[in-house]
Amino acid sequence: MIKIDINKQLHGSNGSMTLNVNFNIKKGDFIALTGLSGSGKTTLLRILAGLEESKGNISVDNQVWLDDKSYLNIQKRDIGFVFQDYALFDNMSVEQNLLYVEKDKKLANKLLKLTELTQLAKRMPSTLSGGQKQRVSLCRAMMNKPKLLLMDEPLSALDPSMRLKLQNEILRLHKEFNTTTIMVSHEPSEMYRLANRVLVIQQGKIIQDGHPKDILLKTSGSQKFSFEGEILDIIKTDVIYIAIISIAQQLVEVVLCEDEAKEYNIGEKVRVGTKAFSPTLSKYN
Amino acid sequence: MNYLNTLEIEPFILSFKLALTTTIILFIIALPLAWYLSQTKSKIKPVLEALTALPIVLPPSVLGFYLLYTLSLNSPIGSFFDEYLGIKLVFNFTGLVVASCFYSLPFMVQPMQSGFESLNKNMLEASYISGKSKLRTLFSVGLPNIKPALLTAIIITFAHTVGEFGVVLMVGGSIPNETKVASVAIYEYVEILDYTNAHIYSAIMLIMSFIVLFGVYVFNAKQKKTFI
Repeated sequence: MIKIDINKQLHGSNGSMTLNVNFNIKKGDFIALTGLSGSGKTTLLRILAGLEESKGNISVDNQVWLDDKSYLNIQKRDIGFVFQDYALFDNMSVEQNLLYVEKDKKLANKLLKLTELTQLAKRMPSTLSGGQKQRVSLCRAMMNKPKLLLMDEPLSALDPSMRLKLQNEILRLHKEFNTTTIMVSHEPSEMYRLANRVLVIQQGKIIQDGHPKDILLKTSGSQKFSFEGEILDIIKTDVIYIAIISIAQQLVEVVLCEDEAKEYNIGEKVRVGTKAFSPTLSKYN
Repeated sequence: MNYLNTLEIEPFILSFKLALTTTIILFIIALPLAWYLSQTKSKIKPVLEALTALPIVLPPSVLGFYLLYTLSLNSPIGSFFDEYLGIKLVFNFTGLVVASCFYSLPFMVQPMQSGFESLNKNMLEASYISGKSKLRTLFSVGLPNIKPALLTAIIITFAHTVGEFGVVLMVGGSIPNETKVASVAIYEYVEILDYTNAHIYSAIMLIMSFIVLFGVYVFNAKQKKTFI
């Protein structure tokens, strides 16, 4: 059981705000932390890791990491941290990156095998692709068998197919090591696939906390389909207008009448929904 | 060719001995200072940075004068060293080393500091999270990843010490085999209108300096390639 109660004054780009969160995590949970940038997600992870100071209480399995009197050093917290920019040790090979954390060759080999990196064990980080680097970073974070694995948008720099592959590997490692994981993410499908609990944070406060299905599915009322997208362009053709909307990585066109076209602006976030017909599925190959 | 046979090489040997000693001492002193400056957010950081950079802007004669004054037997510091440790700090080689360490300090600290500052902060944090101490992180992750900056610091400090003149003259004078380094020797040749020897000495200094700098830039270009 991990108990977190944090109170910290932040001075971000949107002025100052208070990061004030209070929640418990069960062992083995996979938590997705989401919210707009500047809402305090990364700071929360950094406070948990001990990289930033804060007021409040953190205890992990009855071991106090932070309270009014004491503060457990970064080095003594059993944490794995996966950075967005990988942060591999450039002067060490893949294998050395892992062994630097813990001289446990057996575990290193096992992790490299799980992530299909065995062939690359002797390579230097500068020769790896982004996806490979992030896998090394993930393995490195698991080397000290962390009680808490923290990931700060670990997959945001990768392309969609690599993301999917790595999501599976993250899930496999999470289950294999029975770790408790907190991951910052902006990608609904990623959170849905990996997490069993989603926390939405806004202006330093948790505004939603629940099962991914309840939080991430956006349909409301009698709508069958509903997607969030962004208007990229509105084009006038004859008497109607066509809005080009980007939904996830796909572009779609939606017909608008003149009044509607005036109401929406390019760059605006919109929800695209339909309820007039039954959706059909067909195999994709 | 006769000239080359009668060429005194002692001033060069002295210059290089001085530069080598200064570089080694400064490396040890500058390492913790540069690391501290790169990591701290303290308010005294600009003060320390300004003090460190002073020798770049101060005329060597000013620096030399203050050092001469501070290290001489008339000052408490100079007399302390003489009385309790038996070390004289002016007009001898020891004095030159002390003076050179002050004079070349920024040339060691600044490249090191910017090297440390260019390190990915997350990489250092990853090391702390792995349970490694700050010291271990410095030696296992920090230093190996700033090799080009370290080499630049070492070579520039060395070259700069070989090239110093004003401070050396003030603190050391021109005692053969003790404080008469190459740059001082050249000055003396010019003063007695011995242009031939001044030419030979100067040419040697020029060529060696170029080779050293050329070597640094070639090495750094190669390093950059291997890192990217």
